[in-house]
Amino acid sequence: MSNEEKRTLTFEILRYNPQIKGDTPKMKKYEVVEAPGMTVFIVLNEIREEHDPSLQFDFVCRAGICGSCGMIINGEPKLACRTLTDTYPKGIITLLPLPVFELIGDLSVNTGKVMRQMSERVESWIHDKDAENVDLTRIEERMEPEVAEEIYELERCVECGLCLAACATKRMRDDFLGAVGFMRLARYAIDPRDKRSGKEFYDIIGDDDGVFGCMTLLGCEDYCPKDLPHQTQIAYLRRKMALGK
Amino acid sequence: MENLVLDNKTKKSRIPAWLDLTQSGTGLVLGLFMWVHMLLISSILLGKGSFNFVANMMELSFLSPTGEGYPIAVVLAVSGVFTLFILHAGLGMRKFPSSYKQYKAVRSQMKLLKHEDTNLWFYQALTGFIMFFAGSVHLYTMLTHPDIDPYISAARVVTSNMWPLYLILLIAVEYHGAIGLYRLCMKWGWFTGKDAKKSRAKLKKLKKTLTAFFLVLGILSLIVFILIGIKNKDKNQEISTVIIPTTIEQTIS
Repeated sequence: MSNEEKRTLTFEILRYNPQIKGDTPKMKKYEVVEAPGMTVFIVLNEIREEHDPSLQFDFVCRAGICGSCGMIINGEPKLACRTLTDTYPKGIITLLPLPVFELIGDLSVNTGKVMRQMSERVESWIHDKDAENVDLTRIEERMEPEVAEEIYELERCVECGLCLAACATKRMRDDFLGAVGFMRLARYAIDPRDKRSGKEFYDIIGDDDGVFGCMTLLGCEDYCPKDLPHQTQIAYLRRKMALGK
Repeated sequence: MENLVLDNKTKKSRIPAWLDLTQSGTGLVLGLFMWVHMLLISSILLGKGSFNFVANMMELSFLSPTGEGYPIAVVLAVSGVFTLFILHAGLGMRKFPSSYKQYKAVRSQMKLLKHEDTNLWFYQALTGFIMFFAGSVHLYTMLTHPDIDPYISAARVVTSNMWPLYLILLIAVEYHGAIGLYRLCMKWGWFTGKDAKKSRAKLKKLKKTLTAFFLVLGILSLIVFILIGIKNKDKNQEISTVIIPTTIEQTIS
């Protein structure tokens, strides 16, 4: 790409710091020259380095693994590090923080707090009343490779929170568990080491804040950056809970 | 009374499961019924004779020695549909935004994402709300005047000024029903096949096609009833003001 061909991208970013008294949310424009293979994450770094060091956004891995850099990019919940600027031919990109979560500042939100609450709510650990009596000298019971693969598939969730931000039900009803919680619970429901009964799972998600509150708007399915099978997992949990299986 | 003090998490009622199943079950029956209903009504497009044949079948005329049928059969069928309709409406209401704050949250989400299935849900809720009123008027009319006949129906449409209500009801029903049946498939994981995403795309396409098909069918049928109604306007007055006799021949002749 020669210099003549390089596009100048316009970024419109919501700026607001709730820590500063009297600050009000406003959209601010930044212009950045596009580079080959440029991601929104790279742009944000450039803006912070060259235009405005006060810009707040989250990141850790820069490779779509940690799930920290979720934001609304041109009306879609996405990970900034996995969004290439050349997917926007007009060169105008609007960035907003994820709704649903507590705003730390600008594009930075507190997903950790919600994820911790979710983990505690679904009791995200193996439940086995006989765990303390396990004979550690014996080889652990074998798991069928298909089951292990199925569990692994659901464990790929990086807790980025895009599914919650994409969910109108969650926006309407704050107590709604949301897809990330259902995915986590489905992971334990298929794990043979978790001895919880169907009734015990029902006690966690068997109400309108749980699986029966899901209105199947499928934002979770459409915007999950890991392409997790939210629709089929929620349908599986709904059948399991409703029919008492 | 133990629920007053028991931790909700330790003992959950089975009622939410039943409510969810009932909402889906009534929706499924009503959705499929509406498609069949539309097909039966559209028999008017084939002529008054075809419509009469369907109407007589609905009135179980084949069981009657005189061939006149039993309008009570229609009353019973309408009563059943009305019961399901009220049950479904009551259960569906639970999902509506229940405050301005919730309404604002949904609208803000729709504006933020422009996500098709979120928008579809909103239109489903909106058309459901419209049907509370339009559907009730139609069902009550059919409950109190169960006679089905091309001239009586046309008189209802034109002289009794029911056509605007039927037009609104047609649009609301076809959108609400098709979106609802599509969502039911997604909700319970029906027809997912090996590739859930591909199946969903196919179902959505089918949903749009069926909505368009039934809307065209409904509008054409309504136009035919309006034309019959206008043509027989003088006699319509008579039909709509007197208690409708059992056979239309007595009224028209």
